[in-house]
Parts: sequence; structure tokens; C-alpha cells
Amino acid sequence: MSSSPDFLHGARTAPTRRTVLAAGLAAAVAPSVRAKPARTLTVAAFPLVDQIVKDAIPAWTRRHPDVAINVVMRQYDDHHTAMTTALSTGVYLPDVMALESSYVGKFSMGGGLSDLLQPPYDIGRYRERYVAYAYDQAVNRRGQVVAAPTDIGPGTMLYRKDLLERAGLAETDLQPSWDAYVDAGMKLKKATGANLIGNVKTLKDLMIRSGLKKGQGIYFDSDSNVLVDTPRFHRAFEIALRVRRNRLDGRLDTWSNEWAEAFRRGQTATELGGSWMVGQMANWVAPTTAGLWRAAQLPEGTWVSYGGTYYAIPRDSDPDRKALAWELIEMMTLDPARQLAALKTQDSFPALLAAQDDPFIDEPQAFLGGQRARVIWREAARHITATAVHKQSNFAEDAVNAELDNVLDDGKDIGQALADVARLLELRAKR
Amino acid sequence: MRLPSFLRLSPKWAPYVFISPFVLLFVVFSLFPLCFSLYLAFQSWEPTGGLRAMEYVGLSNFTFAIRDGWFWMSLRNTLWLAIASGVPQHLVAIPLAAFIHTSFRRLRDGVMAVYFLPYITSTVAIAIMFKSLFSQDYGMINAALGELFGLPHTDWLTNAQHIKPAIAFIVFWRYVGFNMVLYLAAMQTIPGELYEAATLDGASRWRQFLHITLPGIKPMIFFGVTLSVIGGLQLFEEPFILTGGKGGPQQAAMTSAVYLFREAFDFNDFGGASAMSWLLFVVVALLTWLTNIAFRSRKGQA
Repeated sequence: MSSSPDFLHGARTAPTRRTVLAAGLAAAVAPSVRAKPARTLTVAAFPLVDQIVKDAIPAWTRRHPDVAINVVMRQYDDHHTAMTTALSTGVYLPDVMALESSYVGKFSMGGGLSDLLQPPYDIGRYRERYVAYAYDQAVNRRGQVVAAPTDIGPGTMLYRKDLLERAGLAETDLQPSWDAYVDAGMKLKKATGANLIGNVKTLKDLMIRSGLKKGQGIYFDSDSNVLVDTPRFHRAFEIALRVRRNRLDGRLDTWSNEWAEAFRRGQTATELGGSWMVGQMANWVAPTTAGLWRAAQLPEGTWVSYGGTYYAIPRDSDPDRKALAWELIEMMTLDPARQLAALKTQDSFPALLAAQDDPFIDEPQAFLGGQRARVIWREAARHITATAVHKQSNFAEDAVNAELDNVLDDGKDIGQALADVARLLELRAKR
Repeated sequence: MRLPSFLRLSPKWAPYVFISPFVLLFVVFSLFPLCFSLYLAFQSWEPTGGLRAMEYVGLSNFTFAIRDGWFWMSLRNTLWLAIASGVPQHLVAIPLAAFIHTSFRRLRDGVMAVYFLPYITSTVAIAIMFKSLFSQDYGMINAALGELFGLPHTDWLTNAQHIKPAIAFIVFWRYVGFNMVLYLAAMQTIPGELYEAATLDGASRWRQFLHITLPGIKPMIFFGVTLSVIGGLQLFEEPFILTGGKGGPQQAAMTSAVYLFREAFDFNDFGGASAMSWLLFVVVALLTWLTNIAFRSRKGQA
């Protein structure tokens, strides 16, 4: 970071071959001249998390002036691919790796991450300080805790208050059940022309996550039995089909330009997702719609978690720095000041209960027209239970999506579609 | 100035030193991965557990792949795309080459270069460009179709029925120039006297094309078709980038190469992916062999 102003200066005067060479030489020599901190902790992270860690560096340096922190940022997918590769070969392992919650489940099977229950980490003593489900989510089948939660994404419903009012609807019309949500969507479309949701897949994703028994996964139970051909999935597919048949979804790829544009133009009236969606909306998706949105609990008393971030320590990273790595994780996840800083600057909802009880949680949110929505999310967070992640969850998700496309686009029978997915998954379940 | 003796290369070693860059790169980036993937095909490996997490499982990766519905679906997608993009490539490239061969003299190289350009352009850049061209609401292709024929906007990339033709078109567009250059080169080797003699005998242009040009470029057709078969079956970048690496609606654009990449990196099954890659190799070898047979016709020339 500190080298960028130098670089800018150099670029302003027309660089000759010689100055470029000299600059390169200086850059190569500089670290050894400056080399002050005796040790460096490497943190691998993806966007926003990298910023949160960088923001914590001053506080860390006060504690450990001799230990520098090097944050290696990669884009979301690249980061997780790089972490998979690093863990598989044991080369270039960071001291601390940030992981998105679905990858925690995925990586927890392999034994490549340190068990944080063991000394010197002993995360068990802090268990009560974290949101229960976030902690449980990091426990693998062998009972080891492979990562520490830092932020969570309680599921929430965002809706356009102005559009709802124009259709003579209120929040309570959306909430009683998924059917009521779709009914309201039909009125909404008639009165305003706006779609209920950008993509009906989002609706399906939330529905299949609700009503899980403790320890059950979305697609598999703890004995790797396939749970796809069940009422939970049938209902999700039926509701999705109802939405599509009534042309209530925009058929837009989530995160695509068209999807974002529809929000900006007021063509999409609600969105379901993690609480972090508000930050995304306010920052880049549809900042011009500030004040028009409100947040509410999901329909039908659905409590689901939608993403979240963890820090883990690779098993094979440098043992001399593991204690330090843990100290950094403790600071990031257990220090209310750090957790609140992340909430304030990056909208990342704290996994630390103490931070959730801070008065800042009750602050009104401008994007939501002054609503105190974090209180809603805090309540949701306390209802959510952990879902077991199966090795084949990623495949299952794609297979289900492909069959949902078949049902929505080609009119494939729902029973047949789910039976087909189940067959695909059974072949893989025990692999 | 004479180099110090330790820097001088003895003639005995020189050949080895000169070919060593290739050999080294080949061993590191081709031979080793090849052997490693063959080894992996017989292992069950949870990659995040490190190298020691491998476990020998015999042929079970292969039996899994053969029973896996998506493996066959991806093969069907691949064959569809290979045929839909491969056949037109040659059907267009041969007449085009003949046309350029006979009708352009001074401009020939320039025309050739224009057709060849897509081949040397980065696939990633091409895929990204076509992604925006094919965009449903803001894409130029829909705008043009709407303007010219009054067609409604087509959801090229989000509909399973439309994404395959879209990808086949891109692949066709990309390689038609390459094939044309091959055929043009072959046509330039056909002696002009043959055409002169045929003209004297009163053969029409069409007859000359049929009986002189086509037989003359047959070895090149074999070469071009073989390349198309192999390339078509390994199709990866275009569908991968156009679908954001996810296979597209109903996985309609998931070719075998995309699937085995996803099997390894998205679904963490490196053993299964390796087994699939070797099965794909068998399919490629088989079809290449069949192509060979098809071209080794009665007269025994290939």
C-alpha cells in the first residue's frame, strides 16, 4: 500500500528506460532496507474481508509492533480455488485464511484445517460468546472446530415500501406464508407492473433451507441419505413454478447487470437474501433507491442463514506462527471493537454476541428509510440453527438448479425432476 | 573476445542444452500432469486434506464416471457442439478458400489475414465480447435481429435451447479462418497445369473443383477434420466463460472439459475428474481413429 504514492509520482514524469530500471531496482532493494518487523503473518482473504483485516492493522501493531500483517486479496472464486490448491499441496499456506461459510463445510471434511479446540487455541472456552449456529456450523463430523466465525448473514426480506403501498399492500401481507407472498406478488404486478423477485431461484434457495431438523443438511442427512425427493423440495419447486407461471420473476441472473438495473428502475419489488444484501444494494446495486426499501423477517417464519465469513488456520502452516495467527483471529472475532468496526464500515453483521448488544445495532439505517433493521437480523440470528454441509453439497445445488430450469423452462414434471436429481445424488452420496 | 572456458559449450553437450528448454517445460507442464492424473484416477482424494489424504480405490472412479448421468450429458453436449460448430467450418472454409484462391490475386494475403484474425485473438477476449453481443436486452445481436427482421429479443445465454447454437456460432466464427488458411495452402500446391488441361477439355469450374481441387486437398481435409474433432471434443474456454464457469441453463453448455474441471475444482472430486479425463481421452482417440478410417478410402490414400 505504502508504495503506491511513489509509483504514482514516478508515472507522472515521462519515465525513461533508465528511470524504470532504477525504480525497479529501488523497489527490489527497499524491503531489505526497511525490513523492520521480525515476523510477518500472512492473511489470505477475499474482498471486503481483506479491508476489514487491513483496518485492524493499527490495533494489531500496537500490540505486536514486531509482527507485520500481509493481507493477500483475491477475488471470491479465485480465493477459494487458491485455498483449495494451497491446502492440497501444503505449499504457500497463509497463516490465517478467510473462508466463506459454504467452504468451511467443504474444507472441514479433509483435515487440512487446524482443530481449534486444541491448545493453544482452545476455542471451546469462547463458545458462548458467538452466535450459536455460526459456531456449530464450523464443527465437523469428527467434532472438531475448524474455523472461527466473524460475520454472519441472517436471512432477510427486503421490499420496496413505495411499490407495496401503491398496490395497497403492507409488510404483513407478504409474511404469513410463501403462498401469501406469491399472492401479494400478483397484486403487486397488477398494480405496479413490478416483478416480485429478480430470480425465482433465490426463493427456492431459501425455501429448501427452512424447516431442517437439527444436524440435517439441505441435501443429505448425516448418514448421506439423499433428502431431495421430499416435501420440502416439492413445495419449493411448486412455489417457484407458481411464481414463474404468473410471470412474477424477472428471470434475471443474480448479480448480472440486468438484475441490478431492474432494482434501479423499480422493476423488482422484493429481494430475499442475507442481511449483507442491504450493503450491496446501497453501495452499488441500486444506491439511487435509498430510502425506499425496508427489511422484514422472511415469509412463513423462515429462519435461514445466508452466507457468513470464518477465519481458519491451516494444519500445515508454519507452527511457529500459529499462536500469533490465533491471536489475530481472537482479535478479529472476539473483540467487540473490531466486530463493530466491520459492521460500521463494511456492513458485515457480527457473529460476536457482545457486538450484537452494542447500541449501534439500534441505529437507524438510511438506506432503509431510517428503519432499525439490525434488530430484526439479530432476532433472526438467534433463531437460526446450523445446517450440516455434505461433501457433495455444491454438486447437489447445481443439480437441483438444473432440474429447476427443466421444470420452469420446459414444463418437466416436478416429481420426475426431483427423482432424477435424487438418482444423481445417490450415486455420489457415499463417494 | 573468447568466452572463459566454463561458459563454452562443448559440441557434445550443445544439442542437449538446446533442446532442454522444451524437454524441461514438457516434463513439468505435460508429462508430469499426465502421469499424475493417471495416478489420481485410481485414488479417492479430498484435496483440502493435503497430499497424504489420498486413498487407493481401484477402478471405482471409472465405474462412477460411467454411471454418472452428468458425464453422459456433458458428452452429448460436447458432441452436439462439435458437430454444429465443426461441420459448417469445413463446408464454408473449402468453398471460401477456392473462391479466394481463384478470385483474389493481390489482395489474397490481406483477405486471408482478416479471416485468420479471430484464430489468433485471445479466446477469453472473444468470449467476453460475445457475452455482451449476446446480451438479451442490451446486446447488438438482438438489436440487429430486431432491426432487420423485427424479431423479438432472444435470451441467448439464459435459455437452454439457445445457448448451444450461440456457442457453436462463436466456435465456427473463430476457426473458419484457420481452416480456410489450411485449404488455401493446400490449393496452392495443386499444379496449375491440371486446371489448364481441364479447361482445354471443356470442364466447367464446378467440375474442376469437384475433380481436381477436392481430391487435391483431401490430405488437408483429413488434417483439418482431425483437428476439428480433437478441438471440438476438448471445447472449454468459450462455454466456460460465457456461462461464468457454471455450465449455463440446464447445464446445456457444460462440455465434458467444463464438467471435469468443475468436478475437480467446484465439487472437490479430483479422482473422479481424472477418471473422466481419461475416458474423454479414449473417446477422442476413438473418434480420431474413425476419422482416419473414413479418410483412408478405397484408393488407400490419406
